[in-house]
Amino acid sequence: MNYSPLNLTAFFTRQGQLFLAVVVFLAAWQNSWAAEGKLLATPGVFQVEGAGGGGLVPWAQLGGYATEDEIAATAFCSRAQLDEFDLTVCGAGVNFYDRTEITVAQQRFGVFPLKLDIQQNIYGLKTRLFGDLVYGDLPQISLGMQHKTLQDGKIAYLLGAQKDSGTDIYVAASRLHLGALAGFNAFWNITLRASDANQMGLLGFGAEHNHRSINAEAAVAIFLNRHLALGTEYRQKPNNLTLREDDWQDIFIAWFPNKSCSLTLAWIDLGTIAAVPDQRGWYLSLGGYW
Amino acid sequence: MHLFKLVILPFMLLTLLNACSTQPKTTLYQQLGGQAGINTLTDKLIERIGQDKQILPFFAATKISYFRTQFALHLCAISDGPCQYNGDTLAQIHTGMAIKHSDFNRVVELLVAAMDDAKIAQRAQNQLLARLAPMRKDVIHPL
Repeated sequence: MNYSPLNLTAFFTRQGQLFLAVVVFLAAWQNSWAAEGKLLATPGVFQVEGAGGGGLVPWAQLGGYATEDEIAATAFCSRAQLDEFDLTVCGAGVNFYDRTEITVAQQRFGVFPLKLDIQQNIYGLKTRLFGDLVYGDLPQISLGMQHKTLQDGKIAYLLGAQKDSGTDIYVAASRLHLGALAGFNAFWNITLRASDANQMGLLGFGAEHNHRSINAEAAVAIFLNRHLALGTEYRQKPNNLTLREDDWQDIFIAWFPNKSCSLTLAWIDLGTIAAVPDQRGWYLSLGGYW
Repeated sequence: MHLFKLVILPFMLLTLLNACSTQPKTTLYQQLGGQAGINTLTDKLIERIGQDKQILPFFAATKISYFRTQFALHLCAISDGPCQYNGDTLAQIHTGMAIKHSDFNRVVELLVAAMDDAKIAQRAQNQLLARLAPMRKDVIHPL
Protein backbone atom coordinates (compact mmCIF):
# COMPACT_ATOMS: atom_id res chain seq x y z
CA MET A 1 0.00 0.00 0.00
CA ASN A 2 1.28 3.39 -0.94
CA TYR A 3 0.49 6.06 1.62
CA SER A 4 2.23 8.33 4.03
CA PRO A 5 0.94 8.46 7.61
CA LEU A 6 -0.29 12.01 7.05
CA ASN A 7 -2.27 11.21 3.95
CA LEU A 8 -5.60 10.53 5.52
CA THR A 9 -7.30 10.01 2.20
CA ALA A 10 -5.09 7.14 1.25
CA PHE A 11 -5.50 5.58 4.65
CA PHE A 12 -9.18 5.16 3.98
CA THR A 13 -8.81 2.10 1.83
CA ARG A 14 -11.57 -0.45 2.13
CA GLN A 15 -9.53 -2.42 4.64
CA GLY A 16 -8.65 0.78 6.46
CA GLN A 17 -12.27 1.74 6.78
CA LEU A 18 -13.32 -1.68 7.96
CA PHE A 19 -10.54 -1.62 10.52
CA LEU A 20 -11.57 1.85 11.63
CA ALA A 21 -15.21 0.80 11.98
CA VAL A 22 -14.32 -2.10 14.22
CA VAL A 23 -12.00 0.09 16.29
CA VAL A 24 -14.71 2.73 16.69
CA PHE A 25 -17.27 0.13 17.66
CA LEU A 26 -15.07 -1.62 20.21
CA ALA A 27 -13.68 1.62 21.61
CA ALA A 28 -17.17 2.91 22.14
CA TRP A 29 -18.62 -0.33 23.45
CA GLN A 30 -18.46 0.47 27.16
CA ASN A 31 -17.15 3.99 27.44
CA SER A 32 -18.23 5.56 30.69
CA TRP A 33 -17.68 9.25 30.01
CA ALA A 34 -20.15 9.69 27.19
CA ALA A 35 -22.96 12.20 26.99
CA GLU A 36 -26.04 10.18 27.83
CA GLY A 37 -28.87 12.62 28.45
CA LYS A 38 -31.12 11.25 25.71
CA LEU A 39 -33.08 8.03 25.83
CA LEU A 40 -31.54 4.93 24.25
CA ALA A 41 -31.66 4.88 20.44
CA THR A 42 -33.28 8.32 20.11
CA PRO A 43 -30.30 9.94 18.33
CA GLY A 44 -30.65 7.41 15.53
CA VAL A 45 -27.65 6.15 13.56
CA PHE A 46 -25.26 7.45 10.90
CA GLN A 47 -26.35 8.62 7.49
CA VAL A 48 -24.16 7.94 4.42
CA GLU A 49 -23.44 11.67 4.13
CA GLY A 50 -22.37 11.86 7.77
CA ALA A 51 -25.46 13.44 9.32
CA GLY A 52 -27.35 11.97 12.22
CA GLY A 53 -30.16 10.00 10.69
CA GLY A 54 -30.98 6.71 9.21
CA GLY A 55 -28.81 5.25 6.49
CA LEU A 56 -29.91 7.01 3.31
CA VAL A 57 -31.93 9.85 4.84
CA PRO A 58 -30.77 12.56 7.25
CA TRP A 59 -33.24 12.74 10.14
CA ALA A 60 -34.29 15.65 12.31
CA GLN A 61 -32.51 14.26 15.36
CA LEU A 62 -28.97 15.42 16.02
CA GLY A 63 -26.32 12.71 16.40
CA GLY A 64 -25.11 11.73 19.86
CA TYR A 65 -26.77 11.58 23.25
CA ALA A 66 -26.21 15.22 24.26
CA THR A 67 -29.05 17.16 25.84
CA GLU A 68 -29.23 20.90 26.53
CA ASP A 69 -26.10 21.12 28.67
CA GLU A 70 -23.92 18.45 27.08
CA ILE A 71 -21.61 18.06 24.10
CA ALA A 72 -21.51 14.70 22.33
CA ALA A 73 -19.20 13.25 19.72
CA THR A 74 -19.82 10.46 17.23
CA ALA A 75 -17.78 8.44 14.77
CA PHE A 76 -18.77 5.76 12.30
CA CYS A 77 -17.90 3.75 9.22
CA SER A 78 -20.40 2.28 6.80
CA ARG A 79 -20.17 0.09 3.77
CA ALA A 80 -22.58 -0.68 0.96
CA GLN A 81 -21.87 -3.57 -1.37
CA LEU A 82 -23.71 -3.52 -4.71
CA ASP A 83 -23.31 -5.64 -7.81
CA GLU A 84 -21.11 -3.25 -9.78
CA PHE A 85 -20.23 -0.66 -7.15
CA ASP A 86 -19.36 -0.32 -3.54
CA LEU A 87 -19.44 2.62 -1.18
CA THR A 88 -17.47 3.05 2.00
CA VAL A 89 -17.95 6.04 4.26
CA CYS A 90 -16.26 7.08 7.47
CA GLY A 91 -17.22 10.15 9.39
CA ALA A 92 -17.38 11.95 12.68
CA GLY A 93 -19.56 14.55 14.29
CA VAL A 94 -20.04 16.80 17.27
CA ASN A 95 -23.38 17.71 18.80
CA PHE A 96 -23.39 20.97 20.74
CA TYR A 97 -26.10 21.07 23.41
CA ASP A 98 -28.53 19.17 21.20
CA ARG A 99 -28.88 22.38 19.22
CA THR A 100 -26.28 22.11 16.48
CA GLU A 101 -24.58 19.18 14.83
CA ILE A 102 -21.37 19.47 12.82
CA THR A 103 -20.24 16.47 10.78
CA VAL A 104 -17.46 15.46 8.43
CA ALA A 105 -17.57 12.40 6.21
CA GLN A 106 -15.49 10.91 3.45
CA GLN A 107 -16.98 8.65 0.85
CA ARG A 108 -15.15 6.27 -1.42
CA PHE A 109 -17.24 4.99 -4.26
CA GLY A 110 -15.80 2.02 -6.11
CA VAL A 111 -16.78 1.66 -9.76
CA PHE A 112 -15.94 -1.94 -10.64
CA PRO A 113 -16.50 -1.74 -14.43
CA LEU A 114 -13.98 1.11 -14.70
CA LYS A 115 -11.71 -0.16 -11.93
CA LEU A 116 -11.64 3.24 -10.30
CA ASP A 117 -12.66 5.00 -7.10
CA ILE A 118 -14.46 8.30 -6.75
CA GLN A 119 -13.91 10.16 -3.50
CA GLN A 120 -16.03 12.86 -1.97
CA ASN A 121 -15.78 14.87 1.23
CA ILE A 122 -18.94 16.10 2.93
CA TYR A 123 -19.17 18.79 5.57
CA GLY A 124 -22.51 18.88 7.33
CA LEU A 125 -24.29 21.29 9.61
CA LYS A 126 -27.69 20.74 11.18
CA THR A 127 -29.58 22.76 13.71
CA ARG A 128 -32.67 21.89 15.70
CA LEU A 129 -35.23 24.63 15.13
CA PHE A 130 -37.99 23.56 17.49
CA GLY A 131 -40.05 20.63 18.70
CA ASP A 132 -38.88 17.37 20.19
CA LEU A 133 -38.60 13.79 18.99
CA VAL A 134 -40.49 12.37 21.99
CA TYR A 135 -42.05 15.09 24.13
CA GLY A 136 -44.37 18.05 23.67
CA ASP A 137 -46.87 18.87 20.97
CA LEU A 138 -44.60 19.29 17.96
CA PRO A 139 -42.30 16.87 16.14
CA GLN A 140 -38.65 17.79 16.07
CA ILE A 141 -37.91 20.10 13.15
CA SER A 142 -34.35 20.67 12.00
CA LEU A 143 -32.63 22.59 9.23
CA GLY A 144 -29.47 21.19 7.73
CA MET A 145 -26.92 21.55 4.96
CA GLN A 146 -24.32 19.32 3.41
CA HIS A 147 -21.43 20.81 1.46
CA LYS A 148 -19.85 18.25 -0.83
CA THR A 149 -16.63 18.34 -2.81
CA LEU A 150 -15.37 15.71 -5.17
CA GLN A 151 -11.70 15.02 -4.94
CA ASP A 152 -11.49 14.66 -8.69
CA GLY A 153 -14.35 15.84 -10.91
CA LYS A 154 -13.07 14.19 -14.11
CA ILE A 155 -15.71 11.46 -14.25
CA ALA A 156 -18.46 13.88 -13.24
CA TYR A 157 -17.60 16.33 -16.02
CA LEU A 158 -17.27 13.49 -18.50
CA LEU A 159 -20.85 12.44 -17.70
CA GLY A 160 -22.17 15.97 -18.19
CA ALA A 161 -22.12 17.40 -14.68
CA GLN A 162 -21.44 21.12 -14.40
CA LYS A 163 -19.66 21.31 -11.07
CA ASP A 164 -17.50 19.19 -8.81
CA SER A 165 -18.91 20.63 -5.61
CA GLY A 166 -22.33 21.54 -4.32
CA THR A 167 -24.43 22.22 -1.27
CA ASP A 168 -27.64 20.49 -0.27
CA ILE A 169 -30.09 22.20 2.06
CA TYR A 170 -32.76 20.24 3.87
CA VAL A 171 -35.54 20.51 6.39
CA ALA A 172 -36.40 17.40 8.42
CA ALA A 173 -39.20 16.53 10.81
CA SER A 174 -39.25 13.46 13.03
CA ARG A 175 -41.26 11.97 15.85
CA LEU A 176 -41.24 8.87 18.04
CA HIS A 177 -44.71 7.82 19.17
CA LEU A 178 -44.61 5.82 22.40
CA GLY A 179 -46.72 2.67 22.39
CA ALA A 180 -48.48 3.89 19.27
CA LEU A 181 -48.54 0.73 17.13
CA ALA A 182 -50.05 -2.19 19.04
CA GLY A 183 -48.11 -1.01 22.07
CA PHE A 184 -44.80 -0.71 20.21
CA ASN A 185 -42.93 2.56 19.79
CA ALA A 186 -43.21 3.91 16.25
CA PHE A 187 -40.97 6.41 14.47
CA TRP A 188 -41.32 8.55 11.36
CA ASN A 189 -39.18 11.13 9.61
CA ILE A 190 -39.80 13.31 6.59
CA THR A 191 -37.05 15.30 4.92
CA LEU A 192 -37.25 17.81 2.08
CA ARG A 193 -33.94 18.40 0.36
CA ALA A 194 -32.96 21.03 -2.19
CA SER A 195 -30.07 19.55 -4.16
CA ASP A 196 -28.38 19.53 -7.54
CA ALA A 197 -26.23 16.50 -6.71
CA ASN A 198 -26.01 13.62 -9.16
CA GLN A 199 -25.97 10.34 -7.26
CA MET A 200 -25.43 12.17 -3.98
CA GLY A 201 -22.62 14.18 -5.61
CA LEU A 202 -20.47 11.21 -6.57
CA LEU A 203 -21.27 11.97 -10.21
CA GLY A 204 -20.97 15.72 -9.76
CA PHE A 205 -23.53 18.45 -9.51
CA GLY A 206 -26.07 19.82 -11.98
CA ALA A 207 -26.13 19.28 -15.73
CA GLU A 208 -26.95 21.34 -18.75
CA HIS A 209 -30.49 22.74 -18.33
CA ASN A 210 -30.82 20.85 -15.05
CA HIS A 211 -30.12 22.39 -11.73
CA ARG A 212 -31.39 22.36 -8.19
CA SER A 213 -34.61 20.54 -7.39
CA ILE A 214 -36.51 19.70 -4.22
CA ASN A 215 -36.88 16.05 -3.33
CA ALA A 216 -38.71 14.23 -0.56
CA GLU A 217 -37.17 11.60 1.68
CA ALA A 218 -38.93 9.56 4.32
CA ALA A 219 -38.36 6.92 6.95
CA VAL A 220 -40.57 4.85 9.21
CA ALA A 221 -39.55 2.39 11.88
CA ILE A 222 -40.95 0.33 14.68
CA PHE A 223 -39.07 -0.57 17.84
CA LEU A 224 -39.32 -4.30 18.46
CA ASN A 225 -37.85 -3.62 21.90
CA ARG A 226 -35.69 -0.88 23.45
CA HIS A 227 -32.61 -2.06 21.56
CA LEU A 228 -33.89 -3.05 18.14
CA ALA A 229 -35.54 -0.93 15.45
CA LEU A 230 -36.88 -2.28 12.19
CA GLY A 231 -37.61 0.23 9.47
CA THR A 232 -37.55 1.39 5.90
CA GLU A 233 -36.42 4.51 4.09
CA TYR A 234 -37.13 6.14 0.77
CA ARG A 235 -35.12 8.85 -0.90
CA GLN A 236 -36.32 10.67 -3.98
CA LYS A 237 -33.41 11.81 -6.14
CA PRO A 238 -32.72 14.50 -8.69
CA ASN A 239 -32.39 13.25 -12.24
CA ASN A 240 -30.06 15.69 -13.93
CA LEU A 241 -27.74 13.68 -16.14
CA THR A 242 -28.88 11.95 -19.31
CA LEU A 243 -27.92 8.76 -17.52
CA ARG A 244 -30.94 7.72 -15.60
CA GLU A 245 -30.96 8.18 -11.82
CA ASP A 246 -33.42 6.30 -9.65
CA ASP A 247 -34.87 6.90 -6.22
CA TRP A 248 -33.24 4.99 -3.38
CA GLN A 249 -34.76 2.75 -0.76
CA ASP A 250 -33.71 0.51 2.08
CA ILE A 251 -35.03 -1.81 4.73
CA PHE A 252 -32.98 -1.71 7.90
CA ILE A 253 -32.55 -3.18 11.31
CA ALA A 254 -30.64 -1.11 13.84
CA TRP A 255 -29.27 -2.47 17.07
CA PHE A 256 -28.50 -0.27 20.08
CA PRO A 257 -26.86 -2.53 22.69
CA ASN A 258 -26.22 0.55 24.87
CA LYS A 259 -25.70 4.31 24.53
CA SER A 260 -22.13 3.83 23.35
CA CYS A 261 -22.55 2.19 19.99
CA SER A 262 -24.94 1.03 17.31
CA LEU A 263 -24.92 -1.41 14.44
CA THR A 264 -27.15 -1.12 11.39
CA LEU A 265 -27.73 -3.73 8.74
CA ALA A 266 -29.78 -2.89 5.68
CA TRP A 267 -30.88 -4.18 2.33
CA ILE A 268 -30.57 -1.32 -0.14
CA ASP A 269 -31.99 -0.79 -3.60
CA LEU A 270 -30.28 2.08 -5.40
CA GLY A 271 -31.76 1.36 -8.83
CA THR A 272 -29.78 2.45 -11.86
CA ILE A 273 -26.38 3.99 -11.23
CA ALA A 274 -24.37 5.42 -14.15
CA ALA A 275 -26.50 3.44 -16.61
CA VAL A 276 -25.96 0.16 -14.77
CA PRO A 277 -29.43 -1.06 -13.75
CA ASP A 278 -30.69 -2.89 -10.67
CA GLN A 279 -28.02 -2.02 -8.16
CA ARG A 280 -29.04 -3.73 -4.94
CA GLY A 281 -27.10 -5.06 -2.02
CA TRP A 282 -26.17 -5.01 1.62
CA TYR A 283 -25.28 -2.15 3.88
CA LEU A 284 -23.54 -2.37 7.22
CA SER A 285 -22.81 0.54 9.52
CA LEU A 286 -20.95 0.62 12.84
CA GLY A 287 -20.76 3.69 15.00
CA GLY A 288 -19.76 4.95 18.41
CA TYR A 289 -21.18 7.70 20.62
CA TRP A 290 -19.23 9.67 23.21
CA MET B 1 -45.10 4.60 -6.82
CA HIS B 2 -42.02 3.33 -5.01
CA LEU B 3 -42.84 5.73 -2.24
CA PHE B 4 -46.18 4.07 -1.83
CA LYS B 5 -44.78 0.58 -1.83
CA LEU B 6 -41.98 1.18 0.53
CA VAL B 7 -43.12 3.72 3.04
CA ILE B 8 -46.85 4.19 2.96
CA LEU B 9 -47.73 0.53 2.61
CA PRO B 10 -45.81 -0.70 5.67
CA PHE B 11 -47.32 2.15 7.63
CA MET B 12 -50.81 1.16 6.55
CA LEU B 13 -50.14 -2.46 7.43
CA LEU B 14 -48.88 -1.46 10.83
CA THR B 15 -51.92 0.70 11.40
CA LEU B 16 -54.08 -2.23 10.43
CA LEU B 17 -52.13 -4.47 12.78
CA ASN B 18 -52.73 -1.87 15.43
CA ALA B 19 -56.47 -1.87 14.80
CA CYS B 20 -56.72 -5.67 14.76
CA SER B 21 -54.66 -6.32 17.83
CA THR B 22 -56.44 -3.94 20.16
CA GLN B 23 -56.35 -5.83 23.43
CA PRO B 24 -59.55 -7.45 24.67
CA LYS B 25 -60.59 -4.37 26.61
CA THR B 26 -58.19 -4.64 29.48
CA THR B 27 -57.29 -1.32 31.01
CA LEU B 28 -53.68 -0.28 31.33
CA TYR B 29 -54.23 -0.57 35.10
CA GLN B 30 -54.96 -4.28 34.66
CA GLN B 31 -51.97 -4.71 32.34
CA LEU B 32 -49.77 -3.22 35.05
CA GLY B 33 -51.05 -5.90 37.43
CA GLY B 34 -53.67 -3.86 39.24
CA GLN B 35 -52.92 -2.26 42.59
CA ALA B 36 -50.51 -5.04 43.56
CA GLY B 37 -48.55 -4.55 40.35
CA ILE B 38 -48.46 -0.79 40.80
CA ASN B 39 -47.29 -1.14 44.39
CA THR B 40 -44.49 -3.47 43.30
CA LEU B 41 -43.53 -1.08 40.51
CA THR B 42 -43.46 1.84 42.94
CA ASP B 43 -41.23 -0.05 45.37
CA LYS B 44 -38.89 -1.10 42.57
CA LEU B 45 -38.66 2.49 41.38
CA ILE B 46 -37.84 3.71 44.88
CA GLU B 47 -35.10 1.07 45.06
CA ARG B 48 -33.71 2.21 41.71
CA ILE B 49 -33.79 5.87 42.70
CA GLY B 50 -32.08 5.03 45.98
CA GLN B 51 -29.16 3.60 44.02
CA ASP B 52 -28.89 6.41 41.48
CA LYS B 53 -26.33 9.12 42.10
CA GLN B 54 -27.86 11.47 39.55
CA ILE B 55 -31.46 11.31 40.75
CA LEU B 56 -31.25 10.59 44.49
CA PRO B 57 -30.29 14.20 45.41
CA PHE B 58 -33.64 15.41 44.03
CA PHE B 59 -35.33 13.32 46.71
CA ALA B 60 -33.28 14.68 49.60
CA ALA B 61 -36.29 16.47 51.10
CA THR B 62 -38.82 13.81 50.15
CA LYS B 63 -40.60 11.71 52.73
CA ILE B 64 -40.40 8.31 51.04
CA SER B 65 -43.57 6.83 52.59
CA TYR B 66 -45.53 9.83 51.35
CA PHE B 67 -43.95 9.57 47.88
CA ARG B 68 -44.79 5.87 47.80
CA THR B 69 -48.53 6.33 48.41
CA GLN B 70 -48.87 9.42 46.21
CA PHE B 71 -46.90 7.97 43.29
CA ALA B 72 -48.86 4.71 43.36
CA LEU B 73 -52.11 6.68 43.52
CA HIS B 74 -51.02 8.80 40.55
CA LEU B 75 -50.10 5.72 38.48
CA CYS B 76 -53.43 4.10 39.38
CA ALA B 77 -55.33 7.20 38.29
CA ILE B 78 -53.54 7.72 34.95
CA SER B 79 -53.76 4.03 34.03
CA ASP B 80 -57.57 4.08 34.31
CA GLY B 81 -57.57 2.35 37.68
CA PRO B 82 -60.20 2.94 40.37
CA CYS B 83 -58.36 5.85 41.96
CA GLN B 84 -58.44 9.60 41.94
CA TYR B 85 -55.28 11.59 42.44
CA ASN B 86 -55.97 14.71 44.50
CA GLY B 87 -52.43 15.45 45.62
CA ASP B 88 -50.22 18.37 44.69
CA THR B 89 -49.89 19.01 40.97
CA LEU B 90 -46.68 17.93 39.26
CA ALA B 91 -45.87 21.58 38.65
CA GLN B 92 -46.21 22.35 42.37
CA ILE B 93 -44.03 19.40 43.29
CA HIS B 94 -41.22 20.18 40.85
CA THR B 95 -41.07 23.97 41.04
CA GLY B 96 -37.60 25.24 41.83
CA MET B 97 -35.88 21.89 41.34
CA ALA B 98 -34.10 22.96 38.15
CA ILE B 99 -34.65 19.58 36.50
CA LYS B 100 -32.78 19.14 33.23
CA HIS B 101 -33.82 17.10 30.19
CA SER B 102 -31.17 14.53 31.06
CA ASP B 103 -32.54 14.23 34.62
CA PHE B 104 -36.03 13.65 33.29
CA ASN B 105 -34.81 11.03 30.84
CA ARG B 106 -32.79 9.37 33.60
CA VAL B 107 -35.97 8.96 35.65
CA VAL B 108 -37.68 7.51 32.57
CA GLU B 109 -34.84 4.98 32.39
CA LEU B 110 -35.17 4.16 36.10
CA LEU B 111 -38.90 3.71 35.64
CA VAL B 112 -38.29 1.40 32.67
CA ALA B 113 -35.82 -0.60 34.75
CA ALA B 114 -38.35 -0.74 37.60
CA MET B 115 -41.04 -1.93 35.17
CA ASP B 116 -38.64 -4.64 34.00
CA ASP B 117 -38.04 -5.55 37.67
CA ALA B 118 -41.80 -5.72 38.18
CA LYS B 119 -42.15 -7.98 35.11
CA ILE B 120 -44.45 -5.59 33.28
CA ALA B 121 -44.78 -6.40 29.59
CA GLN B 122 -42.94 -4.13 27.18
CA ARG B 123 -46.08 -2.97 25.38
CA ALA B 124 -47.76 -2.01 28.65
CA GLN B 125 -44.55 -0.20 29.60
CA ASN B 126 -44.67 1.83 26.40
CA GLN B 127 -48.28 2.77 26.98
CA LEU B 128 -47.61 3.92 30.51
CA LEU B 129 -44.69 6.00 29.24
CA ALA B 130 -46.95 7.47 26.56
CA ARG B 131 -49.33 8.66 29.28
CA LEU B 132 -46.53 10.10 31.39
CA ALA B 133 -44.65 11.82 28.55
CA PRO B 134 -47.07 14.79 28.18
CA MET B 135 -46.42 15.64 31.83
CA ARG B 136 -42.81 16.52 31.17
CA LYS B 137 -43.64 20.19 30.69
CA ASP B 138 -44.92 20.35 34.29
CA VAL B 139 -41.73 18.75 35.58
CA ILE B 140 -39.00 20.51 33.60
CA HIS B 141 -40.49 23.97 33.24
CA PRO B 142 -43.18 24.19 35.92
CA LEU B 143 -45.07 27.48 35.86
